[in-house]
Amino acid sequence: MSAVLGPSGTLLESLERRSRTSRIGRGRITLAVGILILGTMIAVSLAAPLITSYKPDAIDPLHPLLHPLSPGHPLGTDSFGRDIFSRILYGGRIDLLIAFGATSVTAVVGTVIGLTSGYAGGWVDTVIMRIVDLFFAFPFFVLVIAIVAMLGPSIFNMFVAIWLTSWISYARITRGHTLGAKRQEYTLAARALGYTNRRVVLRHILPNVVSYVIIFAMVDAVGNIVLGSSLGFLGLGAQPPSPEWGVMISDGQNYLLTAWWLSTFPGIAIILVGVGFSLIGDGLADILRPGD
Amino acid sequence: MTDSAAAPVLEVEDLRTYIATDAGVVRAVDGVSFTVGEREILGLVGESGCGKSVTCRTIAGLMPSPPARSTGRVRLAGYGERNLLDLSAPDLQRLRGEHLSMVFQDPMSALNPVMRVGAQVEEAVGAHEKLTGKARRTRAIELMERVGIPVPERRMRDYPHQFSGGMRQRVLIAMAIAGRPRLLLADEPTTALDVLIQDQILSLLLELQRDFGMSMILVSHDLGVIGEMCDRVAVMYAGEIVELADTATLLGGPCHPYTISLLRSLPDVNSQSRYLRSIGGAPPALVNLPDGCRFAPRCPLALDECREWETELLDAGDGEHTARCWRHEDTRREDAWPEQSYESA
Repeated sequence: MSAVLGPSGTLLESLERRSRTSRIGRGRITLAVGILILGTMIAVSLAAPLITSYKPDAIDPLHPLLHPLSPGHPLGTDSFGRDIFSRILYGGRIDLLIAFGATSVTAVVGTVIGLTSGYAGGWVDTVIMRIVDLFFAFPFFVLVIAIVAMLGPSIFNMFVAIWLTSWISYARITRGHTLGAKRQEYTLAARALGYTNRRVVLRHILPNVVSYVIIFAMVDAVGNIVLGSSLGFLGLGAQPPSPEWGVMISDGQNYLLTAWWLSTFPGIAIILVGVGFSLIGDGLADILRPGD
Repeated sequence: MTDSAAAPVLEVEDLRTYIATDAGVVRAVDGVSFTVGEREILGLVGESGCGKSVTCRTIAGLMPSPPARSTGRVRLAGYGERNLLDLSAPDLQRLRGEHLSMVFQDPMSALNPVMRVGAQVEEAVGAHEKLTGKARRTRAIELMERVGIPVPERRMRDYPHQFSGGMRQRVLIAMAIAGRPRLLLADEPTTALDVLIQDQILSLLLELQRDFGMSMILVSHDLGVIGEMCDRVAVMYAGEIVELADTATLLGGPCHPYTISLLRSLPDVNSQSRYLRSIGGAPPALVNLPDGCRFAPRCPLALDECREWETELLDAGDGEHTARCWRHEDTRREDAWPEQSYESA
């Protein structure tokens, strides 16, 4: 606004500041914040025994439903007098394992299948896509419940159910973007330079596709935590004494009006993890797609 | 000018590429024959959709099949009597980059947007030669310097979107010549660039072609570019070559009505006319070609015979000049042309 600079100087100055914080730079900040949030969640759940002296399933019948900020129980206790803070810390181990374990496997498998389908085309593509359609025709949640019910309720079987069913989303996303990338001139140029198919796919198509996969994976990871919680709620995933966040929320639902903190704090934990994953996804999207 | 007859680098014989589409079978290239001699630059000119690019891509084995199918013979020096159209996928892949290479029309999209430019040039260097990382980098820097990229050591770390169109085309040219191919297929290399940059890129191509002793096919719809660059020119129309001659003959004494109309439609800076000349009508749909001469519906000189019989390429002088028009003697007479035909708005 200074009179010496005049309007063009002000304009220049304001935009220069903007161009200094380039898109990649802004992406790095988003990414850093995301990693900070998620990293903290991971660190505190791994270091849970150092932070809290309560065992997550230690019952204290004398002090049920203590309010948050009660002495020794910063987030209160539940109906059995279990410390909610330590349950959330320990529960993080289970929920983050679900997020990473379920998501990483399906993301890798789905991406490989989608790349193959999209690049090969022809009957390979047709066969794979018909299988994908078959899976899509079932309601996803019902399919997962059916598989878990068949294998027996446990966290591992829940993994198996997610692995078997949710690769299809990755396959679809990857295939779609692979088809797009295949039509791009840089793919044609790479082929015109005599690169092998493997090189064209892995070095030229995959890097252009992978950002979409990563962004989706971040959303999917949150979805898997919620799915894990839902299955826990239905008694098909983590079993009741376990401090899994979904189990905690469902435990607290009877007390929602009288003791809101039972469900609220694990809910906030899920949201924090979700925000962490989303920020990482957004940050990576900016960094992985320069000049977009 | 050339000794193309002695040892052609590329020999294309009766090349046909048909493409199956929902609208029917497109005869994109329909019986094209030509040769490219040692160190020769052959121009391919014609309107959009006349089969220039498809011809190039077919030679490089880049047409997707299905839906495209090709017949004919394509022979390349170093491959003896083998037909390039019959090469297996691994052989094709060795052919590309090492024996022939391509430069594309749109430098904006021909570079991988998520890879650093240096990495892409290094990759092109390493694709056909086993080199250590350091040697590869050195070669890449040399190549980038060779095509006129200032401070290549620094620019290697940039992404394509940080390069201008001209600079990107230079990078793509560097990548194309990395394997020292004998034949370069340049598919409208300057169409997407502005005029000043066009000139620089064309001079660069010419220089590299001379220094490396490459042969070249230059696809363009710009007769000015063709006139500057090429030794011989093939004019294409609706999937066929309609006239083939050395550049001076073709531009100085064309005899196919299409070539003549094309030359007359070039804007003349000195002309007093307020109108641009054009060729009336549009090229025929390649799924539904007219009987007889394919240019007849638009040809001011067409007679009934033209619409009935197809003509083959006829000798229009000293055996080096051929034209697909049986009236090629008449077309050069000014009085054979109706007055208004090329004065329309």
